[in-house]
Order: sequence, then structure tokens, then C-alpha cells
Amino acid sequence: MLHQLFLAGSFPAGASLFRITVQATTAAGVIMKCKYCEKPATFHITELTGPEMQELHLCEDHAREHLAPGETEAEPSSSSLAGALAQQLKIGQTAEELARLDQQACPVCGITFFEFRNEGRLGCPHDYIYFNAELEPLIVNIHGSTKHVGKRPKRAAGGSDWQTDLIRLRRELKEAIEEERYENASELRDEIRRIEEMAESGKRP
Amino acid sequence: MELHRTIHRLAGQCGEWLRGSGPESDIVISSRIRLARNLADFPFVRRCTDQDRAAIESNVRERLERCQDLSGLIFLDVAEMESVDRQFLVERQLISRELAESAGARAVAIDKEEQYSLMINEEDHLRIQLMKSGLDLENTWAQINEIDDLIESQVNYGFHDEFGYLTACPTNVGTGMRVSVMLHLPALVITRQIDKVFRSLQKISLAVRGLYGEGSQAMGDFYQISNQITLGRDEQELIRQVGDVVPVLIDYERRAREYLVRESQKDLHDRVSRAYGILCTAQTISSEETMHLLSSVRMGVNLGLIEDVEIPTINQLFIHTQPAHLQKIRGVELGTADRNIERALYLQRHLRQKSDESDNN
Ligand SMILES: [Zn+2]
Ligand SMILES: [Zn+2]
Repeated sequence: MLHQLFLAGSFPAGASLFRITVQATTAAGVIMKCKYCEKPATFHITELTGPEMQELHLCEDHAREHLAPGETEAEPSSSSLAGALAQQLKIGQTAEELARLDQQACPVCGITFFEFRNEGRLGCPHDYIYFNAELEPLIVNIHGSTKHVGKRPKRAAGGSDWQTDLIRLRRELKEAIEEERYENASELRDEIRRIEEMAESGKRP
Repeated sequence: MELHRTIHRLAGQCGEWLRGSGPESDIVISSRIRLARNLADFPFVRRCTDQDRAAIESNVRERLERCQDLSGLIFLDVAEMESVDRQFLVERQLISRELAESAGARAVAIDKEEQYSLMINEEDHLRIQLMKSGLDLENTWAQINEIDDLIESQVNYGFHDEFGYLTACPTNVGTGMRVSVMLHLPALVITRQIDKVFRSLQKISLAVRGLYGEGSQAMGDFYQISNQITLGRDEQELIRQVGDVVPVLIDYERRAREYLVRESQKDLHDRVSRAYGILCTAQTISSEETMHLLSSVRMGVNLGLIEDVEIPTINQLFIHTQPAHLQKIRGVELGTADRNIERALYLQRHLRQKSDESDNN
């Protein structure tokens, strides 16, 4: 059985993200010893921070220490790793699939998952929907919850179609201008103006 | 011109949060809440084009000006400012270092009483922050909540039914709220208890930072305690989480002070008096040394070991002796060496004058 999860390390200061695979063998099917002791390595940690991926093979104890330094002796049961382990997800993801995930781009703002995990900042409000499957475990790890229970805007909540349309259209306009598709650009400009004016007049486009 | 007038006026006064009044103000300097908000129809700031940023700035400004109850806001164009002016606003805690140091269209709106500021195009489109002197989180929340409502009546915030207010960084999503209390904890530093205290705070997911936020050192023994979690708990709970721990820290600090008075009264008195003496007589002094010595003097005043100075004066000196403040008060640009001389003069004027007056009485 194989579990994978994304973990926020010292997010956002170091903006470190890890992919962790928990299984008896490595992705290549080899049984390995822990880097620091004689126990079998059941945690295969890929550090996703920065363009260089680093692989680490560790036993459970050393994995815990690696992911939550300084907390190990005090409270082994409540380390952030234990919390994250409760959120097992995405069974059977390979490095190839991860690379594919990295290239996925939000259709509204165009940010790729790679850019997000590299910079630690999202591109637009729609990313929370588009990358939902990847973000949820990360958010659980940071906040211990995914359910907002506080204040809500009194007006109709944002994220309506016309708002994400505006973000997308403005990006398409910029691209059209860059590629010198001027006819297309002027159509986009009209469409943007139409939506903005309707929004301004209080009618929902 | 508005910029110069505003900064000149600010330089001559003392921010609301430095008043040195409010509950527990011998140890608690200020209470602060900030809310992160984004417009629903623009990409997050890092992903914005120059046009997007400019559109957000004028858009938000226009809407803020429409809010009748927010009248009297002073808008400052941060992108157009000279770096000493940006630094001045950072020292004053009216803008963040991120807003000062980033590039592109960005602005801040400040209310006349200098209680709250609205940063436009920081990490999020809008960052609302409100500060009060002493420990007063309930009123800080009541007031900022009202401001948020007023702005929300003009702006469509990015909001998701499950995730709450959507922010550029997932660490702020949900309430978008950071509650901070700034404490002055010199006795816990002297008695070497401070690290122990922080480790236990981190265990209950509270963050500890220095005077100027992330990465800044604990200058002058000032520490900011704030929540790390922003999702899954409502605003009242987040306030309670920070608010509940503050009386415990105040109690630790008071006990550490009592211990110092009891066990090493002479050493403590000596330390405080020497610090005061140096501040009154130095001919050239760095910002770091000033902060360090003012911290001892501040504790000395609170313990009744120094009677010539009052807490609001010292609070103000912490800020007014910072590099950009000195230059704005003096009205000229100064290099490091000249600043150190100017700082010594400024301290003499504000400390000695007081003790001379009391000698004459
Ligand atoms: Zn091991
Ligand atoms: Zn997006």
C-alpha cells in the first residue's frame, strides 16, 4: 500500500513543500535502508522546493525528525507529520504523474502548479478550485481544517463566472497584443468593457 | 506635496499605538489586527501585469473614497516615494517591509488619527490593519470589522464558500486575519527564560516575531505574538487564542521583574541607571545600542527606579530615533555617522531636558 501526500514544511518562510511516499520499497521497487540507521526506509521524501528535486530515504523516526526538527522528543504523537499522515490521499502517484501535475496550468490566470510550489503564492482566486485536490491536503496541514467558519461577505460571494472571465479575458488580451493579433485584441477589449460596465451598473453580467 | 505635508505632520506627532496607555501598557505596547482581502476579478498581486496593478490601485482608491464613513483618508503613492519616506512609514508600522520593498503600482491609505492603514497591492490586493495602544483586542476587532464591512459594501471580495476569503498564500486563507500583540519582555530576556516561553508558544501554533515582523530581530526586547492558523476558527476564537496567552506572558514577565528586584536589586538598579546615563550623555550612538538601552530604561521607569521620564516619551524615542525618523525630523538626509551624532543629540534633548526640569523643581 502506498500513500502520498504533500506537506508544508516551514511554509511560507522557506516555502518548502515535500512529496512523501510511504511504502516498503522505493518507487523503483528497491528495499532501502534508512539514511541514518539500520532500519528499513519506509518514507521516501522528495523535496519539492526549488527546481532541483532531492530524494531522501528514511525510517519512520528519522522521517519525523527530518520533517519536524526539534519536536521529536517532546511530543512524538502530535508532530505535524502525524497530523498529515491522517490525510492520506492520491494513492499510486508516480514521478511521471507528479511531473504532469507540475505542468498543469490554471485556465484563468495561467499559473502552473510548478510555479506555485516554487514561489509559494497562488495566481488567482480560481486556483483554489482548479488545484483543489492538491491544495486541500496542504491547507489541512497548515490549518488543521478546510472549512471556513468565520465572517462572510454580506454581498453575493465573489468567484462568480463573470469575475473569473475578466481575469481570463485580460490575460488573453495581453497575449493577443504580444502576438500582434490586433483584431482579436479589439474584440477582447470590447468584451472586457461590456462585462466591467455591467458589473459597475449593478447588473450581474 | 501631500506626501511631504503628511510625513512632516506624522514626524511631529506620536502614533496612537505609542500613547503608552490602555490596559497592561507597562508590558503590552500595542494590539493589532490585519485582514487580507482580494478583489474577485483580478489575479493575485504577484501574477498581475503592470496594467492590472495600476487598475487595482485606482479601482480600490476610487471605491475607498466612495465610503462616506472612511472620510479623511490620506492616500500615499508608495511607488513614487523616495526610499527614506518608505522607510519612515515602515518604522512607524504604517506599511510593511514587503510593501516598501516590492516594485510596481502600490499605495497606502492612512486615517488622520493614525489608527489604521489600508495597503493596496501588498501580497494581497488589500491589507487592512488597525492598531491600538495596550491590550485591547476586542475593540480592535470591533473597529476593523466595521471598516471591512464598509469597504465590502463597495468591493467584491474573492470568497469561497468552503475556504473563506481567498488569499495569495494558503497560510492566510479563511479569515485572512492575523491578530498580534506586541509585548516588552526585558526581564524574561535578562533571566534567560524567553526561549523557553517561545518554544511553548510555538507548540500551540502561535508565532513570535520581532518589532518589525518576519525575520526582524527582537530589537529592544519587543516581541509580537500572533496566530498562525487562519482557517477553521472564527475571528472571536482567533482573538481568544492570542488574547488568552497574553496575561500568562504578562504574569511571567512581572514575576521575572520581581525576581530581579528581589535577588539582584543593586545590579538591576545599576544596569538601568547606566543605560539612562549613556542615553543622556552619549555624543554618538547607533540605533541598536539605543534600542537596547531604552529597553532597560523603560523597565526601570515601570519599576520606579527612574522617575524623571514617562513611558510615552520612551515609547516615542524608540521610533523617533530610527534612521528615517531622525532624517525626517531633522529635515535633511544623513549618512550613518551623522545619524549617530544626530541621534545622540536628539536623546539628550528629550531625556536631559526632563531631568533638568525635575532638578529645578
Ligand atoms: Zn532511521
Ligand atoms: Zn489561476
